[in-house]
Amino acid sequence: MELGEALEVLARHRGDKVVITTMASVAVWPTLSDTPLDFNYIPSSMGQGSALGLGLALAVPGRGVIVVNGDGSMLMNLGSLVTIAAYPADLYLLIIQNDLYEVTGGQPLVGAGQVDYAGLARAAGIRRVYAFDSLGDWSQQAAEVLNGPGPVACCLKIVGRRGQKTPKPPRPMQEQIARLRAGLGIA
Amino acid sequence: MLEGRDVLAVLKAHGVNHVVWLPDSHIGCWDEALRSDPAVRLIRVAREGEAIGVAGGLMLGGKRPVVMIQCTGLFEAGDALRNVVYDLKLPLFLVVGIRSWLDLQAGKAWDSAPRFALRILDAWQMPYTMMSETRPLDDFSEALDRWLATGQACALLIPE
Repeated sequence: MELGEALEVLARHRGDKVVITTMASVAVWPTLSDTPLDFNYIPSSMGQGSALGLGLALAVPGRGVIVVNGDGSMLMNLGSLVTIAAYPADLYLLIIQNDLYEVTGGQPLVGAGQVDYAGLARAAGIRRVYAFDSLGDWSQQAAEVLNGPGPVACCLKIVGRRGQKTPKPPRPMQEQIARLRAGLGIA
Repeated sequence: MLEGRDVLAVLKAHGVNHVVWLPDSHIGCWDEALRSDPAVRLIRVAREGEAIGVAGGLMLGGKRPVVMIQCTGLFEAGDALRNVVYDLKLPLFLVVGIRSWLDLQAGKAWDSAPRFALRILDAWQMPYTMMSETRPLDDFSEALDRWLATGQACALLIPE
């Protein structure tokens, strides 16, 4: 499936959960949703989206936090899967598996095509784990994935795109943070 | 050496509600005390950069965490620190154990870790306080006072 198609499904099912996008998804998500509960994590520290999302999910229990994480970002912080399992929260980790560093032009990841991210999440102790290769299956199961309790890890196989430009945030970070906190009712 | 129960008390007195940590042998002695009180939730992570990311999320959500790591982990965590402190502009409070600092001061330079700890903090433009051996709890409390008063990221260093 294409990244845009996968995120369209997410937009239909995210409800009032926070959505944190990272890397390539930042270029797409603002065209689908632009609410205070959308946090486009750029400028970022690559790999820290899953940790940031866990911290936020622990801070606002019951809200639900969805992190759209690339496979390259996941590889940079695989240990966070263990932490996510150890501290249950309503965190929904979508792992976009395109086997590329898309924002740097499309170089292949180490282990491209060989890594079972759903298996890694399961082995780390996350109990609700899903993997979808097709848009149809993701569309059909998205409600179940996103409406049950967290933590959840969901791997989506995405067609890699080469030659993409590095995305820019739709608004400055401080404005994003102020909007997010207002949306969450945090003073 | 500070006792864990004293550290817990000073954290609670300053409204700290989470400790995100990957401890070393010195800080690790506080483990039992820090997991004894539900008012301060202890979160263990797998890597120091991850600790800073988790703390960043907690701060976004209105919580008041403290990160506790060794200086070797600080070296690893540089990009996470840069992002949380300078991009997100969140008031990160770090407690950093400076491994072999006391040996270095005594002229024993067997470990390269203490040679770089302060320089790394200077490079990241992080204000820091070195905890004294004579009044460590006061130093801890005063560092937290300054942190809350300024709302600026800073570090408290523990000589080891």
